[in-house]
Amino acid sequence: MNAFKLIVEKDIRLALTQGGSTMWVIMFYLLTITLFPLAVGPDPEILSRIASGVIWVAVLLAVLLSLDRLFKPDFEDGTLELLALAPIRMELVVIAKVLAHWVTTGLPLSIMAPIMGVLLSMDPNGYPALVVAMMLGTAVLSLIGAIGAALTLGIRRGGFLLSLLVLPFFVPALIFGVMAVDSTISGTMARPNFMILLALFLVSTALAPLATSAALKINLE
Amino acid sequence: MSNLHQFANPTRFLKMSSTLLPWVGALTGFLLVYGFWQALFVSPPDYQMGEAVRIMYVHVPSAYMGMLVYGSMAFASAIALIWKHPLADIAAKCSAPIGVAFTGLALATGMLWGQPMWGTFWVWDARLTSVLLLFFIYLGYIGLWLTIEDTSRASRAAAILALVGSVNLPIIHYSVEWWNTLHQPASLLRLDGPTIDPGMLPALLSLIVGYTTFYITILLWRMQKELIVRKIRALQILRSNQ
Repeated sequence: MNAFKLIVEKDIRLALTQGGSTMWVIMFYLLTITLFPLAVGPDPEILSRIASGVIWVAVLLAVLLSLDRLFKPDFEDGTLELLALAPIRMELVVIAKVLAHWVTTGLPLSIMAPIMGVLLSMDPNGYPALVVAMMLGTAVLSLIGAIGAALTLGIRRGGFLLSLLVLPFFVPALIFGVMAVDSTISGTMARPNFMILLALFLVSTALAPLATSAALKINLE
Repeated sequence: MSNLHQFANPTRFLKMSSTLLPWVGALTGFLLVYGFWQALFVSPPDYQMGEAVRIMYVHVPSAYMGMLVYGSMAFASAIALIWKHPLADIAAKCSAPIGVAFTGLALATGMLWGQPMWGTFWVWDARLTSVLLLFFIYLGYIGLWLTIEDTSRASRAAAILALVGSVNLPIIHYSVEWWNTLHQPASLLRLDGPTIDPGMLPALLSLIVGYTTFYITILLWRMQKELIVRKIRALQILRSNQ
């Protein structure tokens, strides 16, 4: 448990002090969302119709871009090898790193989501649902994205392949995340969507670390 | 010399598949000819759709094959990861392009069928979306093989991806039951038995089996080619070492 805590703290500290990754992620988030009113027009009717979807897509892309820093820096300077040799299971290392990644990426994105909702004239009744759904959803994205990041670890310029690998698996979280927010706003049955999001989160937490650590071991030989 | 010993098992496969190939190929040819004759001339037109129903005889077998090939790919990947059988990852690698082609065909023929029948080329319902995702997962799998240079690393990474992606298969199959979709519900693989007009069954079933034997033929052919390519590469390495 001590090793787990240490890895989480190290990753969070590195993310916050080195290169300000959280800041870049939020900047990208803001810029992407700004593009939509500029492209689609400022009519609040239209914007509020697409608001939840646009916010979710922006979060998806931001998480996708941030996956690069999940394993690559540690792989390149040899830390990952040391972690693999350490007396802690590789799956726990993965969970620790994904947790740190989520705290520095998914969590800030979720908390700032209502502000993005304001930019897109989103119905304020949806804000609490948006934050909760997004916290669950971004956790799923970090977990599933870790599999892709681990698979493409050794490939030069593997960023595009990472996107191709990971986006099909992001789609369920996207679909149910948007439906959770939209159904809350429109007053129809919202609970099943949150339940499915929660199910996605639980299944990813159970299975993604297994696939990720298997993929990491391939690249560590 | 020791490099060549690793091909002992595959050599047996090469011999076996060389004997099998003409037979499977002939069976495929026969089934496809019979199936298409049935589909185009003998089977009855649908009471609602008329002659356009004949697209089904290309669409349904392609869709089945897209899923069947992925299933065998995932199965072969599991064997490759667990037992490290030398032919398993080659089988998976060679299946992928066949599978992506079948899936693409299923999507394309579905679109061609959709426009005259339901007035739209595409709709984002559960069945079509999940099959499109299957198409992308195939592409990602092929992408991994193409971009990772080391063969053994590529095979293990691709195997993991194939297994992770297999969660999509039950979603595709049950998508028409779990959601309201434009795509029609299952009329063949059902617990109560097929609900389809029996006059359509010979064409449909013979084409499904024909497409499957087609897959086996092409798979064996591609596996032979892959093994020969690897042999050549090993010989080139040997020669450059001397």
